[in-house]
Amino acid sequence: MIRDITIGQYYPAKSILHRLDPRVKLVSTLLYLVSLFLFRSIAGYLVATLFLIGIIRLSRVPFGYIVKGLKPVIMLLMITVVFNLFLKKEGEVLVHIWRLSITTAGLRNAVYMAIRLIYLIIGSSLMTFTTTPNELTDGIEALLNPLNKIRVPVHEVAMMMSIALRFIPILLEETDKIMKAQQARGADFESGNIIQRAKAMIPILVPLFVSAFRRANDLAMAMEARCYRGGEGRTKMKPLRYKGRDRAAYVMIAVYVAAVVAIGRYVPLKIWIF
Amino acid sequence: MMDMIQTEKLIFEYEKRDEDGNVIGTSRAIDGVDIDVKEGQFIAVLGHNGSGKSTFAKHLNAILVPTDGTVWVDGRDTKEPEELWNVRQSAGMVFQNPDNQIIGTVVEEDVGFGPENLGVPTDEIWQRVEESLKAVGMLSYRHHSPNKLSGGQKQRVAIAGVVAMEPKCIVLDEPTAMLDPVGRKEVLKTVQRLREEKKVTVILITHYMEEVVDADKIYVMDHGKVVMEGTPREIFSQVEKLKQYRLDVPQVTILADELKKRGLGIPAGILRKEELAECISSQYTHGNRTGMDG
Repeated sequence: MIRDITIGQYYPAKSILHRLDPRVKLVSTLLYLVSLFLFRSIAGYLVATLFLIGIIRLSRVPFGYIVKGLKPVIMLLMITVVFNLFLKKEGEVLVHIWRLSITTAGLRNAVYMAIRLIYLIIGSSLMTFTTTPNELTDGIEALLNPLNKIRVPVHEVAMMMSIALRFIPILLEETDKIMKAQQARGADFESGNIIQRAKAMIPILVPLFVSAFRRANDLAMAMEARCYRGGEGRTKMKPLRYKGRDRAAYVMIAVYVAAVVAIGRYVPLKIWIF
Repeated sequence: MMDMIQTEKLIFEYEKRDEDGNVIGTSRAIDGVDIDVKEGQFIAVLGHNGSGKSTFAKHLNAILVPTDGTVWVDGRDTKEPEELWNVRQSAGMVFQNPDNQIIGTVVEEDVGFGPENLGVPTDEIWQRVEESLKAVGMLSYRHHSPNKLSGGQKQRVAIAGVVAMEPKCIVLDEPTAMLDPVGRKEVLKTVQRLREEKKVTVILITHYMEEVVDADKIYVMDHGKVVMEGTPREIFSQVEKLKQYRLDVPQVTILADELKKRGLGIPAGILRKEELAECISSQYTHGNRTGMDG
Protein backbone atom coordinates (compact mmCIF):
# COMPACT_ATOMS: atom_id res chain seq x y z
CA MET A 1 0.00 0.00 0.00
CA ILE A 2 2.55 2.53 1.16
CA ARG A 3 5.03 1.32 -1.43
CA ASP A 4 2.71 2.48 -4.18
CA ILE A 5 3.78 6.08 -3.81
CA THR A 6 5.43 6.95 -7.10
CA ILE A 7 5.85 10.72 -6.78
CA GLY A 8 9.44 11.76 -7.22
CA GLN A 9 10.53 8.37 -8.50
CA TYR A 10 12.49 7.66 -11.63
CA TYR A 11 10.90 5.41 -14.23
CA PRO A 12 13.59 3.86 -16.43
CA ALA A 13 12.64 3.83 -20.11
CA LYS A 14 14.20 4.80 -23.41
CA SER A 15 12.39 7.88 -24.62
CA ILE A 16 13.33 11.23 -26.08
CA LEU A 17 12.18 12.79 -22.82
CA HIS A 18 14.57 10.64 -20.84
CA ARG A 19 17.43 11.78 -23.02
CA LEU A 20 16.73 15.51 -22.77
CA ASP A 21 19.05 17.72 -20.80
CA PRO A 22 17.74 18.04 -17.21
CA ARG A 23 18.02 21.82 -17.42
CA VAL A 24 15.55 21.83 -20.30
CA LYS A 25 13.17 19.65 -18.33
CA LEU A 26 13.44 21.79 -15.22
CA VAL A 27 12.86 25.05 -17.03
CA SER A 28 10.06 23.56 -19.13
CA THR A 29 8.31 22.09 -16.11
CA LEU A 30 8.46 25.43 -14.36
CA LEU A 31 7.08 27.22 -17.42
CA TYR A 32 4.37 24.60 -17.81
CA LEU A 33 3.30 24.95 -14.17
CA VAL A 34 3.12 28.72 -14.45
CA SER A 35 1.26 28.47 -17.75
CA LEU A 36 -1.54 26.52 -16.07
CA PHE A 37 -2.50 29.66 -14.19
CA LEU A 38 -2.33 32.07 -17.10
CA PHE A 39 -5.69 31.36 -18.77
CA ARG A 40 -9.30 31.09 -17.71
CA SER A 41 -11.21 29.63 -20.61
CA ILE A 42 -11.91 26.08 -21.63
CA ALA A 43 -9.98 26.57 -24.87
CA GLY A 44 -6.84 26.97 -22.82
CA TYR A 45 -7.55 23.74 -20.98
CA LEU A 46 -7.95 21.92 -24.26
CA VAL A 47 -4.53 23.11 -25.44
CA ALA A 48 -2.95 22.19 -22.09
CA THR A 49 -4.59 18.76 -22.21
CA LEU A 50 -3.36 18.07 -25.72
CA PHE A 51 0.13 19.15 -24.76
CA LEU A 52 0.11 16.96 -21.67
CA ILE A 53 -1.15 13.93 -23.59
CA GLY A 54 1.60 14.50 -26.15
CA ILE A 55 4.25 14.66 -23.44
CA ILE A 56 2.93 11.53 -21.72
CA ARG A 57 3.10 9.64 -25.01
CA LEU A 58 6.61 10.90 -25.63
CA SER A 59 7.75 9.87 -22.15
CA ARG A 60 6.75 6.20 -22.62
CA VAL A 61 5.75 6.06 -18.96
CA PRO A 62 2.59 3.95 -18.69
CA PHE A 63 -0.50 6.04 -17.99
CA GLY A 64 -1.56 3.76 -15.14
CA TYR A 65 1.74 4.33 -13.43
CA ILE A 66 1.28 8.08 -13.63
CA VAL A 67 -2.28 7.84 -12.25
CA LYS A 68 -1.00 5.78 -9.35
CA GLY A 69 1.14 8.74 -8.40
CA LEU A 70 -1.99 10.82 -7.92
CA LYS A 71 -3.38 8.60 -5.18
CA PRO A 72 -1.59 10.16 -2.22
CA VAL A 73 -2.80 13.65 -3.15
CA ILE A 74 -6.47 12.73 -3.54
CA MET A 75 -7.21 14.00 -0.05
CA LEU A 76 -5.69 17.38 -0.82
CA LEU A 77 -7.57 17.46 -4.09
CA MET A 78 -10.89 16.73 -2.38
CA ILE A 79 -10.37 19.49 0.18
CA THR A 80 -9.60 22.01 -2.56
CA VAL A 81 -12.63 20.95 -4.56
CA VAL A 82 -14.99 21.08 -1.58
CA PHE A 83 -13.81 24.52 -0.52
CA ASN A 84 -14.12 25.90 -4.00
CA LEU A 85 -17.49 24.26 -4.50
CA PHE A 86 -19.22 25.67 -1.44
CA LEU A 87 -17.47 28.91 -0.63
CA LYS A 88 -17.90 30.76 -3.90
CA LYS A 89 -21.12 32.78 -3.66
CA GLU A 90 -21.28 34.41 -7.08
CA GLY A 91 -23.39 33.37 -10.00
CA GLU A 92 -26.57 31.37 -10.36
CA VAL A 93 -27.43 28.90 -7.59
CA LEU A 94 -27.49 25.35 -8.93
CA VAL A 95 -28.13 23.25 -5.84
CA HIS A 96 -29.19 24.25 -2.38
CA ILE A 97 -28.61 21.91 0.55
CA TRP A 98 -29.32 23.13 4.08
CA ARG A 99 -27.21 26.27 4.44
CA LEU A 100 -24.80 25.36 1.68
CA SER A 101 -25.28 26.15 -1.94
CA ILE A 102 -23.38 25.37 -5.07
CA THR A 103 -23.24 28.17 -7.58
CA THR A 104 -22.15 28.12 -11.21
CA ALA A 105 -19.02 30.05 -10.31
CA GLY A 106 -18.30 27.63 -7.48
CA LEU A 107 -18.69 24.59 -9.71
CA ARG A 108 -16.54 26.17 -12.39
CA ASN A 109 -13.79 27.07 -9.93
CA ALA A 110 -13.84 23.62 -8.34
CA VAL A 111 -13.51 21.82 -11.66
CA TYR A 112 -10.83 24.18 -12.95
CA MET A 113 -8.87 23.92 -9.74
CA ALA A 114 -9.03 20.13 -9.75
CA ILE A 115 -7.83 19.98 -13.34
CA ARG A 116 -5.06 22.44 -12.65
CA LEU A 117 -3.83 20.50 -9.63
CA ILE A 118 -3.95 17.17 -11.42
CA TYR A 119 -2.08 18.60 -14.43
CA LEU A 120 0.40 20.22 -12.10
CA ILE A 121 1.15 16.96 -10.35
CA ILE A 122 1.28 14.94 -13.55
CA GLY A 123 3.52 17.54 -15.17
CA SER A 124 6.01 17.66 -12.35
CA SER A 125 6.02 13.91 -11.79
CA LEU A 126 6.71 13.42 -15.50
CA MET A 127 9.88 15.36 -14.92
CA THR A 128 10.99 13.10 -12.08
CA PHE A 129 9.86 9.96 -13.94
CA THR A 130 12.13 10.81 -16.85
CA THR A 131 15.08 12.29 -14.98
CA THR A 132 17.35 10.35 -12.66
CA PRO A 133 17.87 12.11 -9.36
CA ASN A 134 21.52 12.56 -10.24
CA GLU A 135 20.63 14.34 -13.47
CA LEU A 136 18.08 16.38 -11.58
CA THR A 137 20.72 17.39 -9.08
CA ASP A 138 23.11 18.31 -11.86
CA GLY A 139 20.39 20.35 -13.55
CA ILE A 140 19.44 22.24 -10.42
CA GLU A 141 23.07 22.80 -9.62
CA ALA A 142 23.78 24.19 -13.07
CA LEU A 143 20.70 26.43 -13.08
CA LEU A 144 21.32 27.79 -9.61
CA ASN A 145 25.06 28.15 -10.09
CA PRO A 146 24.91 31.97 -10.25
CA LEU A 147 23.74 31.88 -6.62
CA ASN A 148 27.12 30.46 -5.65
CA LYS A 149 28.48 33.99 -5.90
CA ILE A 150 26.30 35.08 -3.00
CA ARG A 151 27.52 32.07 -1.01
CA VAL A 152 24.52 29.83 -1.38
CA PRO A 153 25.84 26.24 -1.03
CA VAL A 154 24.24 25.15 -4.30
CA HIS A 155 26.12 21.88 -4.70
CA GLU A 156 25.39 20.77 -1.14
CA VAL A 157 21.69 21.53 -1.44
CA ALA A 158 21.49 19.65 -4.73
CA MET A 159 23.33 16.67 -3.26
CA MET A 160 20.98 16.55 -0.27
CA MET A 161 17.99 16.54 -2.58
CA SER A 162 19.26 13.69 -4.68
CA ILE A 163 20.06 11.62 -1.60
CA ALA A 164 16.62 12.30 -0.17
CA LEU A 165 15.07 11.01 -3.39
CA ARG A 166 17.27 7.93 -3.38
CA PHE A 167 16.13 7.05 0.14
CA ILE A 168 12.39 7.49 -0.40
CA PRO A 169 11.80 3.88 -1.48
CA ILE A 170 14.10 2.52 1.23
CA LEU A 171 12.35 4.44 3.98
CA LEU A 172 8.93 3.50 2.61
CA GLU A 173 9.87 -0.14 2.72
CA GLU A 174 11.08 0.34 6.26
CA THR A 175 7.82 2.05 7.26
CA ASP A 176 5.93 -0.87 5.83
CA LYS A 177 8.06 -3.29 7.82
CA ILE A 178 7.67 -1.36 11.08
CA MET A 179 3.90 -1.10 10.58
CA LYS A 180 3.64 -4.83 10.03
CA ALA A 181 5.76 -5.49 13.10
CA GLN A 182 3.53 -3.23 15.21
CA GLN A 183 0.37 -4.74 13.75
CA ALA A 184 1.65 -8.20 14.54
CA ARG A 185 1.81 -7.07 18.14
CA GLY A 186 -1.72 -5.74 18.13
CA ALA A 187 -1.31 -2.13 17.05
CA ASP A 188 -4.38 -0.70 15.34
CA PHE A 189 -3.88 1.96 12.69
CA GLU A 190 -7.25 1.81 10.98
CA SER A 191 -9.91 2.53 13.57
CA GLY A 192 -10.66 5.52 15.78
CA ASN A 193 -10.91 9.18 15.00
CA ILE A 194 -8.20 11.30 13.45
CA ILE A 195 -6.50 12.07 16.77
CA GLN A 196 -6.43 8.43 17.80
CA ARG A 197 -5.05 7.47 14.43
CA ALA A 198 -2.41 10.17 14.62
CA LYS A 199 -1.42 8.88 18.03
CA ALA A 200 -1.14 5.37 16.63
CA MET A 201 1.48 6.70 14.20
CA ILE A 202 3.93 7.57 16.98
CA PRO A 203 5.19 4.01 17.46
CA ILE A 204 5.92 3.98 13.73
CA LEU A 205 7.61 7.35 13.53
CA VAL A 206 9.99 6.89 16.45
CA PRO A 207 11.74 3.76 15.14
CA LEU A 208 11.61 5.19 11.62
CA PHE A 209 13.46 8.32 12.70
CA VAL A 210 16.00 6.33 14.68
CA SER A 211 16.76 4.15 11.70
CA ALA A 212 16.84 7.13 9.33
CA PHE A 213 19.49 8.78 11.48
CA ARG A 214 21.47 5.58 11.61
CA ARG A 215 21.31 5.30 7.84
CA ALA A 216 22.33 8.94 7.44
CA ASN A 217 25.33 8.29 9.65
CA ASP A 218 26.35 5.21 7.66
CA LEU A 219 25.86 6.97 4.36
CA ALA A 220 27.92 9.99 5.39
CA MET A 221 30.71 7.63 6.38
CA ALA A 222 30.49 5.74 3.10
CA MET A 223 30.59 9.02 1.15
CA GLU A 224 33.62 10.23 3.04
CA ALA A 225 35.32 6.89 2.54
CA ARG A 226 34.84 7.44 -1.18
CA CYS A 227 36.60 10.78 -0.93
CA TYR A 228 33.54 13.01 -1.07
CA ARG A 229 34.52 16.51 0.05
CA GLY A 230 31.88 18.82 -1.36
CA GLY A 231 31.58 20.24 -4.84
CA GLU A 232 35.07 21.64 -5.17
CA GLY A 233 37.42 19.84 -7.52
CA ARG A 234 34.73 17.37 -8.49
CA THR A 235 34.40 16.24 -12.10
CA LYS A 236 31.24 14.93 -13.69
CA MET A 237 30.56 11.53 -15.14
CA LYS A 238 27.70 12.98 -17.12
CA PRO A 239 28.47 16.66 -17.76
CA LEU A 240 25.60 18.73 -19.12
CA ARG A 241 25.90 19.76 -22.75
CA TYR A 242 23.02 21.14 -24.79
CA LYS A 243 22.31 19.22 -27.96
CA GLY A 244 20.04 19.87 -30.93
CA ARG A 245 17.05 18.17 -29.34
CA ASP A 246 17.43 20.33 -26.23
CA ARG A 247 17.22 23.51 -28.26
CA ALA A 248 14.22 22.11 -30.11
CA ALA A 249 12.56 21.35 -26.76
CA TYR A 250 13.11 24.93 -25.60
CA VAL A 251 11.44 26.18 -28.78
CA MET A 252 8.54 23.76 -28.30
CA ILE A 253 7.85 24.80 -24.74
CA ALA A 254 8.00 28.47 -25.74
CA VAL A 255 5.51 27.82 -28.54
CA TYR A 256 3.25 25.94 -26.15
CA VAL A 257 3.24 28.71 -23.54
CA ALA A 258 2.53 31.34 -26.16
CA ALA A 259 -0.24 29.23 -27.67
CA VAL A 260 -1.92 28.32 -24.42
CA VAL A 261 -1.94 31.92 -23.21
CA ALA A 262 -3.15 33.33 -26.52
CA ILE A 263 -5.84 30.70 -27.10
CA GLY A 264 -6.84 30.51 -23.45
CA ARG A 265 -7.40 34.24 -23.28
CA TYR A 266 -8.67 35.23 -26.66
CA VAL A 267 -10.51 32.27 -28.17
CA PRO A 268 -14.11 32.59 -27.00
CA LEU A 269 -15.16 29.00 -26.54
CA LYS A 270 -17.90 28.26 -24.08
CA ILE A 271 -19.54 24.97 -23.10
CA TRP A 272 -22.42 25.37 -20.65
CA ILE A 273 -21.00 27.24 -17.67
CA PHE A 274 -17.35 26.59 -18.49
CA MET B 1 57.57 -6.47 -0.98
CA MET B 2 56.43 -3.11 0.21
CA ASP B 3 54.30 -2.60 3.28
CA MET B 4 50.76 -1.76 2.28
CA ILE B 5 49.42 -1.28 5.75
CA GLN B 6 51.27 -1.17 8.98
CA THR B 7 50.01 -0.33 12.43
CA GLU B 8 52.15 0.21 15.46
CA LYS B 9 50.79 0.05 19.01
CA LEU B 10 47.43 1.26 17.72
CA ILE B 11 45.12 2.39 20.51
CA PHE B 12 41.65 3.81 20.14
CA GLU B 13 39.46 5.02 22.98
CA TYR B 14 35.83 5.99 23.01
CA GLU B 15 34.59 8.54 25.48
CA LYS B 16 31.82 7.20 27.66
CA ARG B 17 29.16 9.74 28.45
CA ASP B 18 26.28 9.81 30.90
CA GLU B 19 22.78 10.93 29.93
CA ASP B 20 23.64 14.62 30.14
CA GLY B 21 26.60 14.15 27.83
CA ASN B 22 29.31 14.51 30.49
CA VAL B 23 32.38 12.39 29.99
CA ILE B 24 32.46 9.71 32.66
CA GLY B 25 35.41 7.75 31.42
CA THR B 26 36.93 6.12 28.40
CA SER B 27 36.66 2.67 26.98
CA ARG B 28 39.34 1.06 24.86
CA ALA B 29 38.03 -0.37 21.61
CA ILE B 30 41.49 -1.11 20.29
CA ASP B 31 44.34 -1.84 22.61
CA GLY B 32 47.81 -1.96 21.17
CA VAL B 33 47.38 -3.61 17.79
CA ASP B 34 50.41 -4.29 15.58
CA ILE B 35 49.57 -5.49 12.12
CA ASP B 36 51.68 -5.72 9.03
CA VAL B 37 50.19 -6.19 5.57
CA LYS B 38 52.36 -6.59 2.48
CA GLU B 39 51.31 -5.54 -0.99
CA GLY B 40 49.11 -8.09 -2.75
CA GLN B 41 48.35 -10.11 0.35
CA PHE B 42 44.95 -11.36 1.45
CA ILE B 43 44.60 -10.69 5.14
CA ALA B 44 41.64 -11.64 7.30
CA VAL B 45 40.70 -10.18 10.65
CA LEU B 46 38.40 -12.41 12.67
CA GLY B 47 36.51 -11.59 15.81
CA HIS B 48 33.07 -11.84 17.34
CA ASN B 49 30.79 -8.80 17.80
CA GLY B 50 32.41 -6.11 19.90
CA SER B 51 35.92 -7.43 19.48
CA GLY B 52 37.04 -4.14 17.97
CA LYS B 53 37.51 -5.43 14.45
CA SER B 54 35.19 -2.90 12.81
CA THR B 55 36.75 -0.04 14.72
CA PHE B 56 40.08 -1.30 13.49
CA ALA B 57 38.83 -1.36 9.89
CA LYS B 58 37.76 2.27 10.12
CA HIS B 59 41.33 3.23 11.00
CA LEU B 60 42.62 1.90 7.69
CA ASN B 61 40.53 4.46 5.82
CA ALA B 62 41.18 7.34 8.23
CA ILE B 63 37.50 7.48 9.18
CA LEU B 64 38.84 7.13 12.68
CA VAL B 65 42.29 8.26 13.70
CA PRO B 66 44.25 6.57 16.48
CA THR B 67 44.13 7.91 20.03
CA ASP B 68 47.68 6.63 20.34
CA GLY B 69 50.07 4.77 18.10
CA THR B 70 50.31 5.03 14.32
CA VAL B 71 48.68 3.64 11.19
CA TRP B 72 50.56 3.82 7.88
CA VAL B 73 48.64 3.20 4.71
CA ASP B 74 50.89 2.89 1.68
CA GLY B 75 53.57 4.71 3.65
CA ARG B 76 51.30 7.57 4.70
CA ASP B 77 50.50 8.41 8.29
CA THR B 78 46.69 8.56 8.63
CA LYS B 79 47.00 11.19 11.35
CA GLU B 80 48.35 13.77 8.89
CA PRO B 81 45.40 15.89 7.70
CA GLU B 82 46.99 16.61 4.32
CA GLU B 83 47.30 12.88 3.62
CA LEU B 84 43.63 12.17 4.38
CA TRP B 85 42.36 11.96 0.79
CA ASN B 86 45.41 10.06 -0.41
CA VAL B 87 44.88 7.51 2.34
CA ARG B 88 41.22 7.14 1.44
CA GLN B 89 42.09 6.68 -2.19
CA SER B 90 44.74 4.04 -1.56
CA ALA B 91 42.57 2.04 0.85
CA GLY B 92 39.01 1.71 -0.42
CA MET B 93 36.37 0.58 2.00
CA VAL B 94 33.27 -1.60 1.63
CA PHE B 95 30.81 -1.53 4.51
CA GLN B 96 28.35 -3.99 5.97
CA ASN B 97 24.98 -2.56 4.95
CA PRO B 98 24.63 -2.54 1.17
CA ASP B 99 21.73 -0.06 1.22
CA ASN B 100 23.54 2.55 3.24
CA GLN B 101 26.57 2.90 1.03
CA ILE B 102 25.03 3.26 -2.40
CA ILE B 103 24.67 6.92 -3.26
CA GLY B 104 23.55 6.78 -6.87
CA THR B 105 20.07 5.89 -8.06
CA VAL B 106 21.44 4.12 -11.11
CA VAL B 107 24.15 1.50 -10.78
CA GLU B 108 26.63 3.19 -13.13
CA GLU B 109 26.16 6.60 -11.51
CA ASP B 110 26.97 5.11 -8.13
CA VAL B 111 30.14 3.50 -9.43
CA GLY B 112 31.10 6.87 -10.93
CA PHE B 113 30.68 8.67 -7.62
CA GLY B 114 34.17 7.90 -6.32
CA PRO B 115 36.07 8.88 -9.48
CA GLU B 116 33.98 12.08 -9.67
CA ASN B 117 35.13 12.98 -6.19
CA LEU B 118 38.73 12.36 -7.18
CA GLY B 119 38.43 14.77 -10.09
CA VAL B 120 39.00 12.15 -12.77
CA PRO B 121 38.27 13.45 -16.33
CA THR B 122 34.87 12.47 -17.75
CA ASP B 123 36.08 10.03 -20.43
CA GLU B 124 38.22 8.20 -17.95
CA ILE B 125 35.33 7.95 -15.48
CA TRP B 126 33.28 6.10 -18.09
CA GLN B 127 36.17 3.79 -18.81
CA ARG B 128 36.73 3.07 -15.11
CA VAL B 129 33.02 2.50 -14.47
CA GLU B 130 32.80 0.01 -17.29
CA GLU B 131 35.95 -1.79 -16.21
CA SER B 132 34.98 -2.06 -12.57
CA LEU B 133 31.45 -3.21 -13.32
CA LYS B 134 32.94 -5.86 -15.57
CA ALA B 135 35.36 -6.88 -12.82
CA VAL B 136 32.50 -7.60 -10.42
CA GLY B 137 30.30 -9.12 -13.12
CA MET B 138 27.59 -6.46 -12.93
CA LEU B 139 28.05 -4.77 -16.29
CA SER B 140 24.66 -5.90 -17.58
CA TYR B 141 22.99 -4.15 -14.64
CA ARG B 142 24.58 -0.77 -15.28
CA HIS B 143 21.32 1.02 -16.02
CA HIS B 144 19.36 -0.63 -13.20
CA SER B 145 18.18 0.96 -10.00
CA PRO B 146 20.13 -0.36 -6.97
CA ASN B 147 16.84 -0.78 -5.10
CA LYS B 148 15.85 -3.61 -7.39
CA LEU B 149 19.02 -5.63 -6.86
CA SER B 150 19.58 -8.47 -4.40
CA GLY B 151 21.81 -7.96 -1.38
CA GLY B 152 24.74 -9.74 -2.99
CA GLN B 153 24.39 -7.72 -6.17
CA LYS B 154 24.21 -4.45 -4.22
CA GLN B 155 27.36 -5.40 -2.37
CA ARG B 156 29.08 -6.15 -5.69
CA VAL B 157 28.06 -2.70 -6.92
CA ALA B 158 29.53 -1.22 -3.75
CA ILE B 159 32.76 -3.12 -4.44
CA ALA B 160 32.77 -1.83 -8.03
CA GLY B 161 32.37 1.69 -6.64
CA VAL B 162 35.55 1.20 -4.65
CA VAL B 163 37.43 -0.53 -7.48
CA ALA B 164 36.65 2.43 -9.77
CA MET B 165 38.76 4.60 -7.49
CA GLU B 166 41.70 2.30 -8.28
CA PRO B 167 42.83 1.70 -4.73
CA LYS B 168 45.88 -0.42 -3.97
CA CYS B 169 44.06 -2.03 -1.13
CA ILE B 170 40.42 -2.85 -0.40
CA VAL B 171 39.13 -3.15 3.14
CA LEU B 172 35.90 -5.09 3.46
CA ASP B 173 34.17 -4.56 6.78
CA GLU B 174 31.86 -7.54 7.26
CA PRO B 175 30.61 -7.33 3.69
CA THR B 176 28.59 -10.53 3.97
CA ALA B 177 27.04 -10.09 7.41
CA MET B 178 23.67 -8.99 6.05
CA LEU B 179 23.52 -11.35 3.09
CA ASP B 180 21.96 -14.75 2.49
CA PRO B 181 24.25 -17.71 1.69
CA VAL B 182 23.93 -17.15 -2.07
CA GLY B 183 24.85 -13.47 -1.72
CA ARG B 184 27.76 -14.36 0.50
CA LYS B 185 29.17 -16.73 -2.08
CA GLU B 186 28.74 -14.10 -4.81
CA VAL B 187 30.64 -11.48 -2.86
CA LEU B 188 33.46 -13.80 -1.85
CA LYS B 189 33.90 -15.02 -5.41
CA THR B 190 34.05 -11.40 -6.58
CA VAL B 191 36.71 -10.59 -4.02
CA GLN B 192 38.74 -13.59 -5.08
CA ARG B 193 38.48 -12.56 -8.73
CA LEU B 194 39.68 -9.07 -7.91
CA ARG B 195 42.69 -10.46 -6.12
CA GLU B 196 43.60 -12.58 -9.10
CA GLU B 197 42.90 -10.06 -11.84
CA LYS B 198 43.74 -6.72 -10.28
CA LYS B 199 46.31 -7.92 -7.75
CA VAL B 200 44.85 -5.67 -5.06
CA THR B 201 45.62 -6.15 -1.41
CA VAL B 202 42.51 -7.35 0.41
CA ILE B 203 41.73 -7.02 4.08
CA LEU B 204 38.60 -8.92 5.00
CA ILE B 205 37.00 -8.25 8.36
CA THR B 206 34.50 -10.95 9.27
CA HIS B 207 33.23 -13.36 11.84
CA TYR B 208 32.59 -16.19 9.41
CA MET B 209 35.58 -18.48 9.53
CA GLU B 210 34.64 -20.25 6.29
CA GLU B 211 35.43 -17.06 4.41
CA VAL B 212 39.05 -16.87 5.41
CA VAL B 213 40.45 -20.29 4.46
CA ASP B 214 42.28 -18.75 1.47
CA ALA B 215 43.83 -15.91 3.44
CA ASP B 216 47.60 -15.47 3.51
CA LYS B 217 47.40 -14.56 7.15
CA ILE B 218 44.70 -14.37 9.79
CA TYR B 219 44.51 -12.12 12.81
CA VAL B 220 41.99 -12.96 15.54
CA MET B 221 40.86 -10.06 17.67
CA ASP B 222 39.23 -10.09 21.08
CA HIS B 223 38.61 -7.18 23.41
CA GLY B 224 40.56 -4.85 21.16
CA LYS B 225 43.70 -6.98 21.12
CA VAL B 226 45.17 -9.33 18.55
CA VAL B 227 45.03 -12.64 20.37
CA MET B 228 46.06 -15.02 17.60
CA GLU B 229 47.87 -14.63 14.30
CA GLY B 230 49.10 -17.01 11.69
CA THR B 231 48.24 -18.89 8.52
CA PRO B 232 44.76 -20.40 8.26
CA ARG B 233 46.17 -23.82 9.06
CA GLU B 234 47.91 -22.57 12.17
CA ILE B 235 44.80 -20.78 13.35
CA PHE B 236 42.31 -23.52 12.49
CA SER B 237 44.33 -26.15 14.30
CA GLN B 238 43.58 -24.49 17.64
CA VAL B 239 39.91 -25.33 17.82
CA GLU B 240 39.53 -25.01 21.59
CA LYS B 241 41.14 -21.59 21.64
CA LEU B 242 38.92 -20.35 18.78
CA LYS B 243 35.81 -21.51 20.60
CA GLN B 244 36.98 -19.61 23.63
CA TYR B 245 36.99 -16.43 21.53
CA ARG B 246 33.40 -17.18 20.55
CA LEU B 247 34.16 -17.86 16.90
CA ASP B 248 32.15 -20.36 14.91
CA VAL B 249 34.68 -22.92 13.85
CA PRO B 250 33.68 -24.54 10.53
CA GLN B 251 32.01 -27.92 10.92
CA VAL B 252 34.62 -29.74 8.87
CA THR B 253 37.38 -28.41 11.13
CA ILE B 254 35.50 -29.50 14.24
CA LEU B 255 34.84 -32.94 12.74
CA ALA B 256 38.49 -33.35 11.83
CA ASP B 257 39.50 -32.23 15.28
CA GLU B 258 37.16 -34.72 16.94
CA LEU B 259 38.39 -37.54 14.71
CA LYS B 260 41.95 -36.62 15.52
CA LYS B 261 41.19 -36.70 19.22
CA ARG B 262 39.80 -40.20 18.80
CA GLY B 263 43.14 -41.21 17.39
CA LEU B 264 42.54 -41.06 13.65
CA GLY B 265 45.71 -39.99 11.88
CA ILE B 266 44.50 -36.64 10.64
CA PRO B 267 46.66 -33.52 10.65
CA ALA B 268 45.56 -30.48 12.66
CA GLY B 269 43.86 -27.52 10.99
CA ILE B 270 41.74 -29.09 8.25
CA LEU B 271 40.14 -26.29 6.23
CA ARG B 272 38.06 -27.92 3.52
CA LYS B 273 35.70 -30.85 3.14
CA GLU B 274 37.70 -32.26 0.22
CA GLU B 275 40.83 -32.17 2.30
CA LEU B 276 39.23 -34.18 5.09
CA ALA B 277 37.72 -36.64 2.66
CA GLU B 278 41.11 -37.21 1.09
CA CYS B 279 42.76 -37.71 4.48
CA ILE B 280 40.22 -40.32 5.47
CA SER B 281 40.26 -42.16 2.16
CA SER B 282 44.05 -42.22 2.05
CA GLN B 283 44.01 -43.90 5.45
CA TYR B 284 42.08 -46.76 3.93
CA THR B 285 43.85 -47.10 0.61
CA HIS B 286 47.23 -47.20 2.29
CA GLY B 287 45.97 -49.84 4.63
CA ASN B 288 46.86 -47.61 7.50
CA ARG B 289 44.26 -48.49 10.09
CA THR B 290 45.81 -46.65 13.01
CA GLY B 291 43.22 -46.05 15.64
CA MET B 292 40.47 -47.71 13.66
CA ASP B 293 40.49 -50.90 15.66
CA GLY B 294 39.44 -49.35 18.91
